[in-house]
Amino acid sequence: MEQLTTIASSAEEEIASCCELKALEQLRVNYLGKRGVFTEQMKGLGKLSPEERPAAGQAINSAKKRVQLALEAQKERLNQVALTARLSRESLDITLPGRREAEGRLHPVARTIERIEALFSRLGFRSEEGPEIEDDFHNFEALNIPESHPARAMHDTFYFDQHTLLRTHTSPVQVRVMEQEAPPLRIIAPGRVYRCDSDLTHTPMFHQVEGLYVDEDVAFPDLKGILDQFLRHFFERDLKVRFRPSYFPFTEPSAEVDIECVICSGKGCRVCSHTGWIEILGCGMVHPKVFDMAKIDKERFTGFAFGMGVERLAMLRYGVNDLRLFFESDLRFLRQFR
Amino acid sequence: MRLSEAWLRSWCNPQADRQQLAHQLTMAGLEVEAIEPVAAEFSGVVVGEIIAVEPHPNADKLRVCTVNVGEKEPLSIVCGAPNAAVGLRAPTALVGARLPGIKIKKSKLRGVDSSGMLCSASELGLTESASGLMELPLALSPGEDFRTALALDDYAFEIGLTPNRGDCLSVAGVAREVGVIQRLAVEAVTANPVAATITDSFAVTVINSAACPRYLGRVIRGINRDATTPLWMQERLRRSNLRSLGPLVDVTNYVMLELGQPMHAFDLDRLQGGITVRNAKEGERLELLNESEINLTPGSLLIADESGPLALAGIMGGERSGISATTTNLFLESAFFAPEAIAGRARSYGLHTDASHRYERGVSPELPAVAMERATALLLEICGGEVGPVIACSSENDLPTPPTISLRRQRLEKLLGMTLDDGEVTDILQRLELQLQSVDTGWEVTPPPFRFDLSLEEDLVEEIARIVGYDTLPVRPIRSAQEIEAQPEAHTDKGELRRILTGQGYQEIISYSFVDPKWQQKIAPEREGIVLSNPISADLSVMRTTLWSGLLQALAYNLNRQQSRLRLFETGLCFVRDSGGEIVQEERISGVLYGTSLPEQWAVTAKEVDFYDLKGDVERLLQHLLSPAERVEIDFRVASLPALHPGQAAAVIYQERVIGHLGMIHPQLATQLDLPPRVFLFELQLAPLLMGTVPRFTAISSFPSLRRDIAITVKSEISADKVVKCIETTAEGLLVELKLFDVYAGEHIDSGRKSIALGLTLQAESRTLTDDEVEALIARVLKQLEQELGANLRGE
Repeated sequence: MEQLTTIASSAEEEIASCCELKALEQLRVNYLGKRGVFTEQMKGLGKLSPEERPAAGQAINSAKKRVQLALEAQKERLNQVALTARLSRESLDITLPGRREAEGRLHPVARTIERIEALFSRLGFRSEEGPEIEDDFHNFEALNIPESHPARAMHDTFYFDQHTLLRTHTSPVQVRVMEQEAPPLRIIAPGRVYRCDSDLTHTPMFHQVEGLYVDEDVAFPDLKGILDQFLRHFFERDLKVRFRPSYFPFTEPSAEVDIECVICSGKGCRVCSHTGWIEILGCGMVHPKVFDMAKIDKERFTGFAFGMGVERLAMLRYGVNDLRLFFESDLRFLRQFR
Repeated sequence: MRLSEAWLRSWCNPQADRQQLAHQLTMAGLEVEAIEPVAAEFSGVVVGEIIAVEPHPNADKLRVCTVNVGEKEPLSIVCGAPNAAVGLRAPTALVGARLPGIKIKKSKLRGVDSSGMLCSASELGLTESASGLMELPLALSPGEDFRTALALDDYAFEIGLTPNRGDCLSVAGVAREVGVIQRLAVEAVTANPVAATITDSFAVTVINSAACPRYLGRVIRGINRDATTPLWMQERLRRSNLRSLGPLVDVTNYVMLELGQPMHAFDLDRLQGGITVRNAKEGERLELLNESEINLTPGSLLIADESGPLALAGIMGGERSGISATTTNLFLESAFFAPEAIAGRARSYGLHTDASHRYERGVSPELPAVAMERATALLLEICGGEVGPVIACSSENDLPTPPTISLRRQRLEKLLGMTLDDGEVTDILQRLELQLQSVDTGWEVTPPPFRFDLSLEEDLVEEIARIVGYDTLPVRPIRSAQEIEAQPEAHTDKGELRRILTGQGYQEIISYSFVDPKWQQKIAPEREGIVLSNPISADLSVMRTTLWSGLLQALAYNLNRQQSRLRLFETGLCFVRDSGGEIVQEERISGVLYGTSLPEQWAVTAKEVDFYDLKGDVERLLQHLLSPAERVEIDFRVASLPALHPGQAAAVIYQERVIGHLGMIHPQLATQLDLPPRVFLFELQLAPLLMGTVPRFTAISSFPSLRRDIAITVKSEISADKVVKCIETTAEGLLVELKLFDVYAGEHIDSGRKSIALGLTLQAESRTLTDDEVEALIARVLKQLEQELGANLRGE
């Protein structure tokens, strides 16, 4: 009995001081294996009388149990140590940057067009495109701008020949749509337009978004409502918007829309020429002659059209101060539009 | 239109202050674009009279002037102006005066005391530039405050008039508008007839009376050549940005500004025989007042005399009959030309004048007579002379008849979305000087002769709207679309393609659609660009036939700005002519790739991009077309394109059509464009990429798949797609995936051959494949590869 206790105690000591899983396994074999200390002890039970056997067996088992527990505890401890060591070994500098491709970006003008499209699509306006090399009819005649019209002088048109030109606005798209489809119509037409003009505030190519809404009961208040909301949502500001009379050959009544200067909030600055207002788009009710040209019944249908300069919207939205930057393809500029 | 506030207020003087007045005009459609002081801020400037001029002892170009400024003692002022002379009156800044940017102090100029400064117009902010001292009329007495004498506390309004409002191209016209807005009386446009003092007449024949329904002329003789334009007139002209050019020209310009009627003065003594208003004939030429000589287009309306053209009617006078310093006898013209006869003409000659600007927009046929009397009276007052009777040629039938326009109450309400009181409508129309008659449905309206822009019902609707005020019109809540718009699922959005590229590191650019023909010629010599007839410059004169023109330019631009890794793309139209000469405008998506395949970073070893980086990017754009069922439809074939390296160029084939190209820039082109050699390019037609398919489910096999890898060697020139196609055909039915995972040439491989390793994933739909089956299939594949492509199993 005494002996068993001693064995167990010394085994416990041995186990506790063991610091390798392999050595620990060897200790398990030594004590608990087929030829281990306790197996030998059990074999010795046969030599004892039947009366002595239960007590002796119990003593062996309890000593064995002590060793087993010690082994398990130590194994757990060693596993823990090993895991901790592994975790520490596998630790990384998580501040190092990840492995990746650098994202490119959309051009700010394309991004602005997408925003405009998204806002109008909520109202059922579909995007349409048209040719950039246009004929005189679609760019001018069908929009009530005959050859001798003074408005032609304001268009600075690029020509290929007498009848072929680069479109000076996106308005011909509304003509093309009206030629092909019957009302109701709700479209916007973004795209490149061209004017023979180049200086600090003009580039010979720029972008416009044209809009057209034709239905049985479209009135000036609808035009005001839609554009007013559009501008507030585009700039995400509760802007003052004003409509004032203007002139376009293809709309009547016509209006120019000004917004409160987004740079100075209407106080007056260089950007708004100290007026507090910025001219942002032109619009009006579709001119009856345009309906005639497109063979749409002008008594039954009414409509409005609008056109806006994308670069101007983008400049005001993102604070770009030089129009020409849009077309220089300078990455230091383009990369700013995340 | 630029006019001074004081002049405007002399016609109609509302209570509104300057800003309010400008705002009201703007909101009525006469946009006040700028309000500018007519003179710079200054003080302490008086009228001075030079009473003596002495040379400066120490400077050739300076002189010492004795100037009477109304004080007991004249001042001694050193002055460098060339026109400083005894008797001249000029603005004189006294010691202590503040001028723009300077304060006048007593000083010594090259050793001579100077107590003040004699000023030029530009030094006082009256003009942009000046060549000498501002010469003041003798009527101003020395010592008078200069600012007060010239009433310089005035502002110029710059009004941006739309082309429909020709009636507002005058002080009277703008005043009339102010009167309408403010319900105020306006000075009437009338002039008392000037009685003839001589009987001199001059023959006038109007041949084209449709173009010139009314022509008035008058002879004025014996005018004083030495007369000068009075200061008040000079000042009004200046405040409208017109230069004073002597009283004869000034009076005609002044009347044009005041009333809106362009006038012309001929030197009577240079006219041969009578005046004829007729169309130009073939081959006629005219030397204009601006000293350019033009070939007249037949049909252009002319003022001519017996010896030929005198003036382009309503546009510009000619040099031969123009007035000069020696003119003493005048023939004064005041005419009504039909807008359609003038419209577009000036532009066709590359001209734009104050007269053509007004005539093509329409000048009231009532105005010539009034303007003639006004100009005559002014001329007599300034230059004296004897006046002949007015010679008038009028063709009543050719004069425009104002239309009668029906304005329906219901239409007005429909367009404006609001109900208006009949009384209000009537009031507005009457204030606008429209004549009207009430009818059941609304009104019958006749516009006044000066409103050429009113001919349709909608025009009247706009008039009412703008006087009511656009801001007063209601805003209607948005009514959204009634129907759901079709959204074809198979359609790929352009934005999605652009985002695939941005996700792969490509930056979008937008470049001009017109390019430098020399640059493009090098890139795409096989295509002829469409040429602009009036380009803005030679390097933007031809339409792009490929987006590579702009992309390579952008690449060069950024390489010159220390960028070393570039991925750029653009979408847009390219322009070519087809074989029939028709213009084809095709939308493309193109990119350029240069530098390392990934940005510089610690965890990746830098590798230069190569063809396969490029191809991978292109394949991702094509992925919609690469659905498993359809993959055979996309093919890459060896291509030959002048811009690309012949060994690294591919054509993209979709449904047997070339839809694009990709490859490495041709080394010769790179050298020519001064670009580095390893630049990669792609260009694809956009339309095919936007077509996709709607996914279709196929049953998933519940039986296990297994994979066998094989490595074969083939001759180097055998392309990988042949190997892939051979395996796909042979193993069809069981092959579910084929991975080409290695290509190798070099040690252990015979020269002239390469090794290709492939993984075949095999699976049957309704059973588990047996080893024997798989071994048999692989053997068949290898045999087929050997027969078709001379392939050997690697290592054998």
